[in-house]
Amino acid sequence: MTVTARGPLPAEPYDVVIVGAGVVGCAIARALARRPRLRVALVEAQDDIGQGTSKANTAILHTGFDAVPGSLEARLVREGARLLTAYAAESGIPLDPVGALLVAWDEEQLAALPRLAEKAERNEYRDASLLGPAELHEREPHLGPGALGALHVPGESVICPWTTPLAYATQAVQHGVDLHLNSRVEQVSRRGDTHTLGTGRGTLRARRLVNAAGLHADTLDRRLGHHDFTVTPRRGQLIVFDTLARDLVRHILLPVPTALGKGVLVAPTVYGNVLLGPTAEDLDDRRATQSTAEGLTALRAQGARILPALLDEEVTAVYAGLRAATEHEDYRITAHPRDGSVTVGGIRSTGLTASLAIAAHVTGLLADETGLDLGPARALEPVRMRDPRPSADRIAADPEYGTLVCHCEHVSRGDLRDALAGPIPPRTLDGLRRRTRARAGRCQGTYCGPAVRALLEETTRA
Amino acid sequence: MTTAREVDVLIVGAGPAGLAAAARLAAAGVGRVEVLEREAAAGGVPRHCAHGGYGTFLHPLTGPAYARLLVTAAGQAGATVRTGVTALDWAGPLSLHTLSPDGPETVAARAVVLATGARERPRAARLVPGTRPAGVHTTGELQRAVHLHGQHIGTRAVVVGAEDVSYTAADTVRAAGATVVAMLTEHTRAQTAPARAADHRLRHGVPLLTGTTVTELLGHGRLSGVRVRHRDGRTAVLPCDTVVFTGDFVPDHELARRARLLLDPGTRGPAVDGALRTSRPGVFAAGSLAHPAESAATATRDGVHAAGAVLAHLGGARLPPGVPLAVAAPLRWIAPNRVTPSDRLPYVLRTATELARPVLYVTQNGRVLHRERLRTALPNRTLRLPAGWTHRVDPGAGPVSVSVSVSVTVS
Ligand SMILES: Cc1cc2nc3c(=O)[nH]c(=O)nc-3n(C[C@H](O)[C@H](O)[C@H](O)COP(=O)(O)OP(=O)(O)OC[C@H]3O[C@@H](n4cnc5c(N)ncnc54)[C@H](O)[C@@H]3O)c2cc1C
Ligand SMILES: Cc1cc2nc3c(=O)[nH]c(=O)nc-3n(C[C@H](O)[C@H](O)[C@H](O)COP(=O)(O)OP(=O)(O)OC[C@H]3O[C@@H](n4cnc5c(N)ncnc54)[C@H](O)[C@@H]3O)c2cc1C
Repeated sequence: MTVTARGPLPAEPYDVVIVGAGVVGCAIARALARRPRLRVALVEAQDDIGQGTSKANTAILHTGFDAVPGSLEARLVREGARLLTAYAAESGIPLDPVGALLVAWDEEQLAALPRLAEKAERNEYRDASLLGPAELHEREPHLGPGALGALHVPGESVICPWTTPLAYATQAVQHGVDLHLNSRVEQVSRRGDTHTLGTGRGTLRARRLVNAAGLHADTLDRRLGHHDFTVTPRRGQLIVFDTLARDLVRHILLPVPTALGKGVLVAPTVYGNVLLGPTAEDLDDRRATQSTAEGLTALRAQGARILPALLDEEVTAVYAGLRAATEHEDYRITAHPRDGSVTVGGIRSTGLTASLAIAAHVTGLLADETGLDLGPARALEPVRMRDPRPSADRIAADPEYGTLVCHCEHVSRGDLRDALAGPIPPRTLDGLRRRTRARAGRCQGTYCGPAVRALLEETTRA
Repeated sequence: MTTAREVDVLIVGAGPAGLAAAARLAAAGVGRVEVLEREAAAGGVPRHCAHGGYGTFLHPLTGPAYARLLVTAAGQAGATVRTGVTALDWAGPLSLHTLSPDGPETVAARAVVLATGARERPRAARLVPGTRPAGVHTTGELQRAVHLHGQHIGTRAVVVGAEDVSYTAADTVRAAGATVVAMLTEHTRAQTAPARAADHRLRHGVPLLTGTTVTELLGHGRLSGVRVRHRDGRTAVLPCDTVVFTGDFVPDHELARRARLLLDPGTRGPAVDGALRTSRPGVFAAGSLAHPAESAATATRDGVHAAGAVLAHLGGARLPPGVPLAVAAPLRWIAPNRVTPSDRLPYVLRTATELARPVLYVTQNGRVLHRERLRTALPNRTLRLPAGWTHRVDPGAGPVSVSVSVSVTVS
């Protein structure tokens, strides 16, 4: 198992190098791990996997009911949802099949619901049904006044956005993929049939290159001489409410898209929080993941209409993610047979859902379009992600699982220790939080922050 | 489902309030008094307040010394203080699910005292926009880092707030070898003893920016500065690598919520009457949970007082519930916030704005029960109202209201 974060990179060429360890790159790495003859590396600019857009989304496992029928995105979302639902069950990734309601607040939105139901059919989703106001309020008693009806989409789920890429990456490295962190690819050149990638940690060589660089996929593409698209980051700010708000909402409450824009959603999370967001702001700065006063005010105004009681609850976190939007209305997944590369760009707002299907699609392109000989396939040993629930059995086996450190999220010393010793260990408090939830609760580390930091520093020093 | 272990009184939280209640109950001869504390050591917040400000005027103590005193007193009186045990949720009206290194357990009691304290709202809860860098703390977190773990905290800190706890934060920053760049408050002046404010400004050279709020946190990875705005519209960036958000306390009311206890909209803690009874018979609330956050002395006094009410409850006393006691703006909250004619516990209140020599009016149904002139009142400072008027409350006449009239309102 090779996971590196410093020192020189291996000199021997890889068969495939995947640039970018977001949920998409990690899924591709996992798919290629099924091919034991391939030497594969996943390289990531940051000090952890999943620290780009993949860490900051709304965590919905979409059915794809409202995708553009016939698009690549529609197909990959549909297939991806099915694959990830099964994978989550196998791997212990938290998933909650809460279902969604598209709530209509005015006549125009109400009129749009039957069209959305038809669109769902065209996307091969047949379980959607229309609800009248009475049934809607029965299903969602805390909904604000004035809702006129809804489209019920029972297949929409919520999933853990951090465990998902971690499961992929863990399984990939356990099956021989090398993960190189802190390795931003800054230059690319091709000589003969090999790419030479210049990174801050030296060079890497690769026969095939997969560009899964998210917000930077266009920049990397240009270094390869491709000019297919330009990424315009579209920021989405979100407010996370405390778990004590969870009883206020039973479904994902989606806005009805109209000509005036997409509106915001209210959704439970797998950890019992409630999300309000996201905004949609087109920006130039690819690092602009800050929240703004205007954004938060707008979200609260919309939230007050959807679920008035929500605004009385404590906020545990505010964050923002950048969607890798492009000038195109679909994913930009393109094989470049001449230089043996595949670009996976423009994975805007559905990449978590579609990740496993994108990975299968990209594997196909590598073989069919770039002529990569995948060799024989094998089944992967399943990965079991941490089950964080304190239980009598676990504590009897090891009392450290009964020693709670993070009181808001009930994270034990044993769980922190296990995460720190994991195959892809966290290097920062934020990385540890994504793996365990420590410091993710209502006190945001007031009580446990220093204790958690001490554990992290003990491990990273050792 | 395993069977519950039984005790007489179960106290959740071994801070000043819980420990004081335990000591008195045990001393009064109650057989099994058990205090649950989720931290590895008992004592509550004072444990990490490695500064003075505790004890009495004649016997000033540091926080840790005060905590030790209370822990010892509870133990000597015969109470059991169990550390490393978290009360997770309710198993019944008077029984709780707990978790510890010994595993899950259910403990049932004849009475439960909730003394779970209060926390300062962290940055996100205050909706301060910006990036999410390292170096952003509350006073509680800062003190734990510095005094319990000896951690390094950066070099240049901005302290948000200018009340007692904010000055404590500034002291802690200095104790950690860092510099306080500035303190800031939205109000027109510091809300602490004038001598303390002057000491920071003059001896330590820390500017206090009044009428100022933080509008954005800056920096990727580590905090690089905070953007602030003055009431007059001017903005500035204060370069710093650490920011401490102080005060703005909110009760740790999870168990109260899970029990569906009636909450007070002002304190956001469980509504309590002068006997510190909550809306569930046999469940009491004391300390910062009921009034976020007063001094440790007030929490301790609460604990002692709640113990008296618990003793009465164990003795079979069943008093009718109190009527609501609510404040009118600009008052923010009052505790206790229900009232019965026999209540004797003095009240604590907070105001949202500065009030020059306000007169407090206690009224019920238009009838003035009591009137009292106070000294100039500042936000984030305790106002006190004695309980001498409660016998005038008519239990059948609906809510009692506390309002102010002032000659001049500043700010
Ligand atoms: C607000 C918001 C809400 C969303 N909600 C949902 C949702 O509910 N459901 C859903 O399915 N999807 C949702 N999405 C979309 C989903 O989050 C993205 O589609 C997905 O995370 C994209 O993954 P990625 O791997 O392509 O990109 P990223 O996660 O950004 O990964 C790209 C990685 O490449 C690295 N990188 C970049 N350049 C280089 C380089 N030169 N060298 C090395 N590494 C490099 C980056 O550091 C980064 O880690 C949402 C997105 C946003 C912003
Ligand atoms: C930074 C700071 C400085 C202060 N400085 C001063 C000062 O100088 N002088 C002064 O008089 N006052 C000061 N105070 C206020 C004083 O500390 C509080 O008034 C006092 O601690 C309140 O006591 P308490 O028992 O209500 O709560 P706490 O002291 O907060 O104790 C509550 C206890 O309950 C435990 N608990 C909570 N939930 C559970 C659960 N579910 N299961 C088990 N245990 C649980 C907690 O771990 C904690 O130990 C300060 C407060 C702070 C935050």
